[in-house]
Amino acid sequence: MRLVYFASVREAMGRDGEDFDPPAHVNSIDDCLTFLAQQGAEYAAAFAQREKLRFALDQQMAKHDAPIGTATELAIFPPVTGG
Amino acid sequence: MIQVHIQTERFDTGALLRPLHQLGGGAVASFTGIARSDHNEGRQVSAILLEHYPAMTQAALEDLATEAQARWSLLGGIIVHRVGRIIVGEEIVLTAAAAPHRAAALEACAFLIDRLKTDAPFWKKEIYSDGTAAWVKAKDSDTARADKWV
Repeated sequence: MRLVYFASVREAMGRDGEDFDPPAHVNSIDDCLTFLAQQGAEYAAAFAQREKLRFALDQQMAKHDAPIGTATELAIFPPVTGG
Repeated sequence: MIQVHIQTERFDTGALLRPLHQLGGGAVASFTGIARSDHNEGRQVSAILLEHYPAMTQAALEDLATEAQARWSLLGGIIVHRVGRIIVGEEIVLTAAAAPHRAAALEACAFLIDRLKTDAPFWKKEIYSDGTAAWVKAKDSDTARADKWV
């Protein structure tokens, strides 16, 4: 799947996205974050305050415990501030 | 008639509203959001940098407008949101609703801006006159207002 980052998450990661092949035991967005946080210091730092992150699966807002299913894009970003 | 525009250019609220006057209703309500002259910890805001999620934004705003149209039987609705660099005093966003009578137009217009604030993938960064910058934090009061419409 494709991971995409926005705003402060994009800045913390130093890139706007990357490809990610979730292992078989990674089923939910929470699982993705837990797995990724073990893959490097920048992930651990960017995802440290999980309650301050919001998500979209295939361009639809999703809760942190949503199953990733067959989604091809997971967006990770801070709470939105438009308007 | 639903129109959604995401653009870097400035817009003219009056010109955008005029087509809504021709839909046969008696009421057009609109909200224009402006980049506010503001201070944050002693720093003067000079501009706003607006980032968005291009693959998602248009559909998210169209979903909101469609929901408003169904809920208030609107004759028309417009959402315009700018992205990129916006100087203090310039317009950021427009929501507008046309309906046979004022109650539906006013409520639908408020619904559109309240829900846009929590449901549409935009992020604001404040640029200060000293050259520094900081992301704007989401407000609990915005979530409370959006939740009123559930």
